[in-house]
Amino acid sequence: MPAVSKGDGMRGLAVFISDIRNCKSKEAEIKRINKELANIRSKFKGDKALDGYSKKKYVCKLLFIFLLGHDIDFGHMEAVNLLSSNKYTEKQIGYLFISVLVNSNSELIRLINNAIKNDLSSRNPTFMCLALHCIANVGSREMAEAFAGEIPRILVAGDTMDSVKQSAALCLLRLYKTSPDLVLMGEWTSRVVHLLNDQHMGVVTAAISLITCLSQKNPDEFKTCVSLAVSRLSRIVSSASTDLQDYTYYFVPAPWLSCKLLRLLQCYPPPEDGAVKGRLVECLETILNKAQEPPKSKKVQHSNAKNAILFEAISLIIHYDSEPNLLVRACNQLGQFLQHRETNLRYLALESMCTLASSEFSHEAVKTHIETVINALKTERDVSVRQRAADLLYAMCDRSNAKQIVAEMLSYLETADYSIREEMVLKVAILAEKYAVDYSWYVDTILNLIRIAGDYVSEEVWYRVIQIVINRDDVQGYAAKTVFEALQAPACHENMVKVGGYILGEFGNLIAGDPRSSPLVQFNLLHSKFHLCSVPTRALLLSAYIKFINLFPETKSTIQEVLRSDSQIRNSDVELQQRAVEYLKLSSIASTDVLATVLEEMPPFPERESSILAKLKKKKGPGAVSVNELEEGKREGGELNGGGERGGDSSSTPSPSADLLGLRAGPPVTAAAPSAGSLLVDVFSEAGVNDDGFLSEFSRFVCKNNGVLFENQLLQIGIKSEYRQNLGRMYLFYGNKTSVQFVTFTTTLNVQAKPVEPLIEGGAQVQQVINIECLTDFSDAPLLNIKFRYGGALQNLTLKLPVTINKFFQPTEMASHDFFQRWKQLSLPQQEAQKIFKANHAMDTEVLKAKLLGLGMALLENVDPNPENFVCAGVIQTKAQQVGSLLRLEPNAQAQMYRLTVRSSKDTVSKRLCELLAEQF
Amino acid sequence: MIKAILIFNNHGKPRMSKFYEHYTEDTEQQIIRETFHLVSKRDENVCNFLEGGLLIGGSENKLIYRHYATLYFVFCVDSSESELGILDLIQVFVETLDKCFENVCELDLIFHLDKVHNILAEMVMGGMVLETNMSEIITQVEAQGKMEKSETLTLLFICQSMRQSQASRFSSKIS
Repeated sequence: MPAVSKGDGMRGLAVFISDIRNCKSKEAEIKRINKELANIRSKFKGDKALDGYSKKKYVCKLLFIFLLGHDIDFGHMEAVNLLSSNKYTEKQIGYLFISVLVNSNSELIRLINNAIKNDLSSRNPTFMCLALHCIANVGSREMAEAFAGEIPRILVAGDTMDSVKQSAALCLLRLYKTSPDLVLMGEWTSRVVHLLNDQHMGVVTAAISLITCLSQKNPDEFKTCVSLAVSRLSRIVSSASTDLQDYTYYFVPAPWLSCKLLRLLQCYPPPEDGAVKGRLVECLETILNKAQEPPKSKKVQHSNAKNAILFEAISLIIHYDSEPNLLVRACNQLGQFLQHRETNLRYLALESMCTLASSEFSHEAVKTHIETVINALKTERDVSVRQRAADLLYAMCDRSNAKQIVAEMLSYLETADYSIREEMVLKVAILAEKYAVDYSWYVDTILNLIRIAGDYVSEEVWYRVIQIVINRDDVQGYAAKTVFEALQAPACHENMVKVGGYILGEFGNLIAGDPRSSPLVQFNLLHSKFHLCSVPTRALLLSAYIKFINLFPETKSTIQEVLRSDSQIRNSDVELQQRAVEYLKLSSIASTDVLATVLEEMPPFPERESSILAKLKKKKGPGAVSVNELEEGKREGGELNGGGERGGDSSSTPSPSADLLGLRAGPPVTAAAPSAGSLLVDVFSEAGVNDDGFLSEFSRFVCKNNGVLFENQLLQIGIKSEYRQNLGRMYLFYGNKTSVQFVTFTTTLNVQAKPVEPLIEGGAQVQQVINIECLTDFSDAPLLNIKFRYGGALQNLTLKLPVTINKFFQPTEMASHDFFQRWKQLSLPQQEAQKIFKANHAMDTEVLKAKLLGLGMALLENVDPNPENFVCAGVIQTKAQQVGSLLRLEPNAQAQMYRLTVRSSKDTVSKRLCELLAEQF
Repeated sequence: MIKAILIFNNHGKPRMSKFYEHYTEDTEQQIIRETFHLVSKRDENVCNFLEGGLLIGGSENKLIYRHYATLYFVFCVDSSESELGILDLIQVFVETLDKCFENVCELDLIFHLDKVHNILAEMVMGGMVLETNMSEIITQVEAQGKMEKSETLTLLFICQSMRQSQASRFSSKIS
């Protein structure tokens, strides 16, 4: 007899499901569903009390509708009512509804908690299990508050049924995860640990998850679990395949539990007690031995279960990293798996070997498999496996095999799947940098990288090659020669043009002796690419041209001609136009000496963590790349940034050319100008700092104009804005962080905005300009709605644009006397707004000053009799009127409090300014 | 921890979804679509593991799946689970469904969604594994089935006895 009887189902439900399945179109389906929803709603709302059976039927229908992806916004109350039924079937369906359609509706939670409380005290094991399941599924804070005290009692009570104990263990785990502060294990610790000895294997299975989690958080308190786990494991491993009866899975005794025990042991260092350790080593050896025995069954499940344990054992051996004998055996075993016909095993072997490669005992042993791994990268049909192979090559790379591995990765890159190209590029770039012995190899590798996979070479990669070339004078000539050759290709990637432009602009003179690369040839080559490039690259090229004028005076007239042409000097892009005008002027009025000083070679970059490594870390999440990797790289790879080798003359004084190009209206944040050394740093730091919550982003922009407004896994939105009088212009940069296109990208705004490109390529960025005019004072920020498709899914985002009233401030300088006179003039009660609030940040005078300046008002010195206080004055420019405002901020360092007073000629303005500012300090 | 268990058919129609972390209903549907997209384009005979989609945590999580005839069974798990162990767990789940429904097929899942949930609840709770022993799971499910039956039987019995008493009244009149 089947355990689930099919015949007694609910007819109405079956009919409804059949109807849906017979629907020919999506519209018909939606129509049928809406009809049913209306029907159920009217039944629930109707006067007639429904019997349990009908309620159950309707709730089942709702579940089905929910699965099809439709919102269910009613029925919760009916489900809650079912909980208090005495009938198992009704109670159960009620719990099911609640656990599938969890709703943190607080009123309902209270009712649900009541029902749960009743069921927990019912002493009916089935009801208790249902209630525990519900807690574990919803796991909200309110539930934790209500039951965190009760559940440990149920878990360790002597008379609790095994099935209830199992549920209680996992329920407690769930509550511990959501509200660790409410689950106090203190008195229960030892009894919970002893569940590892429980007779019932199901109880052990459930309890071990709980114990593992608790051990990770409080390793010391749960230390005793190690010896218990070892003895349990040893009993399982040494048991005959029939000893454990039902827990034997395809002739393997308790595979799941064995895996979990081995995982638990990975929370701890090797046992100190010799006897325990001996027993454990024995277990691990037995597991390794068993792998060599002939299989007891041909079924894949048998080998799966056996290997699941084996892989966990190997992980534990790698984790201990102290038994060379076991490590070598583990490595050999993995080596066997690398060539196994089961794809799953090859995948897992590659993955485990990655961790093994970092152990000093086994690194050499892992390296012996290099050919197999390279072969896997070339021939595996499955991209998941190829990806693991690439990871392993990366992990096993050291100085001895770097050239081979990098070459293989480069050649794989030509055919690699799009999904992993970006990561591959980063890895190649890091390995090339880390193990570069001669830098010509490094330069070759990176240029190859750009040639093969230019689209996937992120800015960090080409910034880095430039940093290294600048910092190492032994490679500069070679780099210039190589980029010059690479640029000869009729079609070369824009990133190549960027690198070429930068390097030739700095070091073109090193190859100018050869008539084949004379100054004019170099210039013509670069300029032949100019028209195919985007604005930021053109801007970079213009800077390269002005550098040429300094390097090669003979090119001056040709270049001036180019700069003077309408397409440059009247270019519609402000940035290009500005550069053309300024460079032209500079080249014609400055003397050779001045020019030589202004356009001096870039000073070496300060040493810092490789930006590429930072990017890979970010991409793979913490832990994926070991932190000391960079240190290692330094140790092995020598000083990459070796600034010391160059004359230290200019390294401390900022180069004047950096100032020249760091002008206010710089290019978009991503487009680094050739000499924008300082900009480079900003870009990196900005990309890294983004742990503030999304809500606070808005308020961060009150005192600044540029930065990252929003970032999630898909999209990054950067902002650059400038304001003058009552006008403003905001540049929004939408960066696609994925490798997939965003299509039908639209933004809507209740302010005039130029339309944005409807398509954002993977990894690309588009820009949108918004012109802003302040008509009158306001307190609500404009909302920006962004919609686009990523993959198939529609993404919808609404953001507050950080346009605040203070952006339209004109600073007003005034003397003490004037200030107080005006202060008195604004003495009507509604003209003043005041707030007293606690300091959120350290009360640093300089930081405060910077923030107040960022606000846009003039910071007036020597006005307030108390030097601790700050006073500011400014006029807000709107089209309708001008609103003069005065501000006084009084910090109280002892109380860590501020008093903020704002007076202005318009009451709404005072209020809004006060609100905005109170969040800032 | 198991983050989600998804069952969908070869066309991407969801047949069961169970999330052990909170997502909005909208995101849940997107995750199902994204997962289907990732899994369905893979050949047969490639490995059963892949990195999770962006919506469910990207490379932090793995998708471990099996394809049986018309259905995909996908478990989305974090790095604390053994890949092969989860593969076995899927097998246990399917074998249990097979025992409980006698030759389970897609239609059984469609028409008995509540029961599929109940069976799953005996194996996985709050994202952690509760029980891996198939006979133990089936015992629990059977016990529930019995309880269910006895409740419907009581109902039937009451109806029948009412009908009988009416019938006897009729017969007494006729005789």
